[in-house]
Amino acid sequence: MSGWLSPEEWDAVALSLRVAFWATLVSLPPGILVAHALARWRFPGRQLLNGLVHLPLILPPVATGYLLLATFGRRAPVGQFLEQTLGIVFAFRWTGAALAAGIMAFPLMVRAIRLAIEAVDPRLEQAAATLGAARPLVFLTVTLPLILPGVIVGAILAFAKAMGEFGATITFVSNIPGQTQTLPSAIYAFLQVPGGEASALRLVLVSVAVAMGALLLSELVATRVARWIAGR
Amino acid sequence: MTLSVRLAHDFPGFALDVAFDAPPGVTVLFGRSGSGKTTVANAVAGLLRPRAGRVAVNGAVLLDTEAGRFLPPHRRRVGYVFQQDRLFPHLSVARNLKYGRLFARGTPEDFGHVVALLGIGDLLRRRTADLSGGERQRVAIGRALLSAPQLLLMDEPLAALDDPRKAEILPYLERLRDETRVPLIYVSHSVPEVARLATTVVMLDAGRVQRAGPAAEILSDIGAIPTLGVADAGAVLTGRVARQHDDGLTEIAVSGGVLYLPMVDAPPGAQIRIRIEARDVILSRARPEGLSALNILPATVAAVREGEGPGVMVQLRAGQDLLLARITRRSARALGIGEGVDCFGIVKTVAVTRQNVGLIGD
Repeated sequence: MSGWLSPEEWDAVALSLRVAFWATLVSLPPGILVAHALARWRFPGRQLLNGLVHLPLILPPVATGYLLLATFGRRAPVGQFLEQTLGIVFAFRWTGAALAAGIMAFPLMVRAIRLAIEAVDPRLEQAAATLGAARPLVFLTVTLPLILPGVIVGAILAFAKAMGEFGATITFVSNIPGQTQTLPSAIYAFLQVPGGEASALRLVLVSVAVAMGALLLSELVATRVARWIAGR
Repeated sequence: MTLSVRLAHDFPGFALDVAFDAPPGVTVLFGRSGSGKTTVANAVAGLLRPRAGRVAVNGAVLLDTEAGRFLPPHRRRVGYVFQQDRLFPHLSVARNLKYGRLFARGTPEDFGHVVALLGIGDLLRRRTADLSGGERQRVAIGRALLSAPQLLLMDEPLAALDDPRKAEILPYLERLRDETRVPLIYVSHSVPEVARLATTVVMLDAGRVQRAGPAAEILSDIGAIPTLGVADAGAVLTGRVARQHDDGLTEIAVSGGVLYLPMVDAPPGAQIRIRIEARDVILSRARPEGLSALNILPATVAAVREGEGPGVMVQLRAGQDLLLARITRRSARALGIGEGVDCFGIVKTVAVTRQNVGLIGD
């Protein structure tokens, strides 16, 4: 594969894979928590949380990128605090690309998981409680296994979305080859220079392959897992 | 008292206000749908938080709103068998059964014993999706039993099953009642089930306790008939198997004499409960002769209640037991049936079907 792609193109693909992997992995626990809260808990501000989660889906990605810069930039309060206490820097680093991708993919992930949670019969959870399981244990032993197909679908969709994220990423972490130049940023950059069309085309093909692969995989895994859970 | 329940709760258009105490054994909450049975069960399990109330089992207080005590469901040790079995679809039968043991406080029943009691040994490796309705419900009962409950709740566990499946499970419930020491609250609106299982009956109507007491007393109580339904009315007698006869009959000793029933599969000395439906009892002022019916019990009329239709319900005392007989108003007049009158209660042997006979363990 590295023979077919130039080192620069390969860098972009590898970076995007890394960014998407971490974005998906880190957002999975909060994604499950938020989906559970939206599906099952009744609390003031539920609609607000719902709106907030879905905001990146509707907002222009550039605006999301700007908000990230204004929050997590090196001179912004949260960014400064994180750098001083934990030594984590987001601005103009691949970690920032992962943050941007994770936030942009979050609504897709939460949606898939929330639908799965809403499909779980709450009466099964009640039954588990009468058998002596405290709430967190009910979640771990009943709810989570039953929503596993939804969680997997949500994760794969989020991964594909994170692979393709462009607007917020380029605004937040710019387009530094080898550091923050993800696959979409690289396509954009190659199209800006004369003779870059061939590289751009190769990267587009990679994108199509990843996106299609992710969708097929999510379907396949979801049906397999659902069948396994139902015991057939 | 083993069980003490006091509950008050308001729903839109429905107010629940019940109080009852019960000794060990099976306490049946009886009433039509909408009378508040399931609400009581849910409040006892902790799935509903009532406005006011107190629930105690063997001295353990599960709920006491005055003292500000509300144990969450997972700390109540109340096993709940629901109308629909609610088995976990992602777990095998064995793992469903063992689920409650993970969290059990107290000593759970022996796994092998429960499996044998419910006859589910062959199902353990199966997935729940492959089970029949009767099998599923038995697994659900086992699962509740194995969570080491101090009280078992069953909310119409047979309602979703057809008659053969009901007949399949009832003996297991009887064994459960007689072989485990866990008190049981059984929600039902089926008179035959009540007659087979109940130690105590609590009749609910529109959110209130209408009558409560020992099963034999309530079921033969002439005043309870409107709630039980005239068609289902019948008294419950206890007796002992005296002898098995060669011609397929079993001789049963009851307090008022002897009954011959179609073959009861139990050894001499075994205690049984017999439900005799009111419409199957014939009255006669004189001891009849040349009659095919084998069971003729001398009795005294204890009470008479006229219904709205052509029928009259007559309560008879035969020895220590009470019998109910439903006859026409015309016959009652012709025979001069009234309180204190001596007569004979006649029951055809074949009218007492197998579903109406239950074993009582010691």
